[in-house]
Amino acid sequence: MAVMTMIKAIQDGMRVEMERDDSVLVLGEDVGVNGGVFRATEGLYQQFGEKRVFDTPLAESGIIGTSVALAALGFRPVAEIQFQGFVYETMDQICSQAARLRFRSGGRFNVPLVIRSPFGGGVRTPEMHSDSLEALFLHTPGLKVVIPSTPYDAKGLLISAIRDPDPVLYFEPMRLYRSVKQEVPEEAYTVPIGKARIVKEGKDVTLVAFGAMVPMAEKAAQQAEEERGISAEIIDLRTINPLDMDTLLGSVEKTGRVVIIHEAVKTGGVGAELMARINEKAILHLEAPVVRVTGYDTPYPISSLEDDWLPSVERIRAAIDQVLDF
Amino acid sequence: MAVELKQTFDMVQILNEEGEINPDQEVPELSDEELKDFYRWMLRIRIFDQRAVKLNRQGRLGFYAPMAGQEACQIGSIAALRRDDWLFPSYRDMGASMYHGLPLHQVFLYSRGQIGGGTIPEGVSMFPPQIIIAAQVLHAAGAGWGFQLREEDKVAMAMFGDGATSQGDFHEGLNFAAVMNARSIFFCQNNQYAISVPLSKQMKSKTIAQKAVAYDIHGVRVDGNDILAVYREVKEAAERARRGEGPTLIEAVTYRQGTHTMAGDDPSRYRKKQEEEEWRKRDPLKRFRKFLESKGLWSDQEEEQTEQEMLEEINEGIKKVEAMPKGAVVDVFEDVYTEMTPDLKEQKEEFLRWKGETK
Repeated sequence: MAVMTMIKAIQDGMRVEMERDDSVLVLGEDVGVNGGVFRATEGLYQQFGEKRVFDTPLAESGIIGTSVALAALGFRPVAEIQFQGFVYETMDQICSQAARLRFRSGGRFNVPLVIRSPFGGGVRTPEMHSDSLEALFLHTPGLKVVIPSTPYDAKGLLISAIRDPDPVLYFEPMRLYRSVKQEVPEEAYTVPIGKARIVKEGKDVTLVAFGAMVPMAEKAAQQAEEERGISAEIIDLRTINPLDMDTLLGSVEKTGRVVIIHEAVKTGGVGAELMARINEKAILHLEAPVVRVTGYDTPYPISSLEDDWLPSVERIRAAIDQVLDF
Repeated sequence: MAVELKQTFDMVQILNEEGEINPDQEVPELSDEELKDFYRWMLRIRIFDQRAVKLNRQGRLGFYAPMAGQEACQIGSIAALRRDDWLFPSYRDMGASMYHGLPLHQVFLYSRGQIGGGTIPEGVSMFPPQIIIAAQVLHAAGAGWGFQLREEDKVAMAMFGDGATSQGDFHEGLNFAAVMNARSIFFCQNNQYAISVPLSKQMKSKTIAQKAVAYDIHGVRVDGNDILAVYREVKEAAERARRGEGPTLIEAVTYRQGTHTMAGDDPSRYRKKQEEEEWRKRDPLKRFRKFLESKGLWSDQEEEQTEQEMLEEINEGIKKVEAMPKGAVVDVFEDVYTEMTPDLKEQKEEFLRWKGETK
């Protein structure tokens, strides 16, 4: 075991898979010599050379479009979109090409492609660098969407993503890149896609979060527990598509009260989908309406305003009171 | 490999409109049987096209993009490749696709929106026809890049139209292929119109071929109605690519004689009859038949026989697909992911329950 940050765990995940499987390639903007703008690919170019790790031209559609064919014809590309806010440049290649090739070809072709991308706010980026766009891909059949919140999960989920026969979007919460350290095995291991993690068990309220919202949910839960003597259950979704409804519904049936937290804008977000499903499957277990703590329905604001715009521990704490006191 | 920056891209032509070999040109090294096969295939897909248009009007086919006028492009390009080379066609490239191994009845399945229409049989080296304009340019760049990486003796060819050259994916594809030295061929059929928009409104460049200069790759402008020239240029591009000498952009100048698709397009709204007639004089079949006849390689009898055989194949094909199942919604859940997700399993069951209850 070694103590690793999330960025190190991601780098390590790519390294062990590249060592294991020659068909794994890493490509993207600045991912080679420079090791990525966040150093997620540091050392890979030096270790694996210019036939495995590529500094590509600066063109997102080009990166994903070429990767689709590489993947269909026998490689396992791990492509980086430098910031998730740039993903609109390649929406066709992700949503119409990568996501549908298996379907369109009647199963002849698979696209074992991983698209890594940093996302989320709280790190004072310039505009269009901090969006949380995961819901776009929850809405796209043919894709899987994975978001880790710990170094251990980051490595295990990335290895699962690389080994997955279908396209996986792997979104990395920028804010957690270096803020958390954890013991991480040095060898390869997998964390299953499609399985949520119960961060802590509780009986009075369920907090559902993913990515950078998980540690915030933990803080808010701790405060509520200390102040009100209740116990909160926290679920880290880890996979946004497909959603792990078994874990979520099990918790809802136990607590009857749910707060969903995400950074993305409120309308049409992952929270909306979760609420719809809770309504379909567990409405009679609810003791209070499900509450969402999210970003607002505006473009991501300028960085000096982001702390107030993003969900905060205080807002989550207030939402817990709201569902408990209903 | 550096490419000379040229100011003009003269159109390569071997066989002129009268069916004669131009004085400064030579017929590529092809046996008589191969030459006849070129014509036989051009005739086959001309007949196919005529029948497909009729079948569409009778309601027996659905979506179809006519390719009449472009037969020299369709056959000359793909005939220059090997069966294990990869084709990334557009929806108008059913001729090339069939030559490359896509069964005829499958084109009908695709047109009719029947299950299995996009299922490319094992052993046929092509992607399903591309709908999104120029998306396949990147796929051919990626595949050709992969062949270069593995030093595989194969090439990837994208087929697309003049409209595609305005898309970002076209430019990104050419640039990626150039930078990665991909074993790719970008075969553009400049058929003069993107639905209704003429090339003059599509771009200010004098030629499409000259766009190769910007990427420092080989660029060729060829008479797209001259199958010998198309064949030779694609063959040379493929040989260069196989040797690891980089990608080629080929502009094949041709004309779409028919409508854009069979979904209500009326060319009289955007082009003159006179223009259509002028292009008919340059018809790719007419001139190649004259050439074959001058060499004593083709007869009326062979023409008739090829027509009859093709009509029979088409009749068999359409009957076959009409007798095949349209498919069922239950089948579509299976192909989205390698393993069905819990959501899809649930929705499939829900669908089956609903069907059961409403029968």
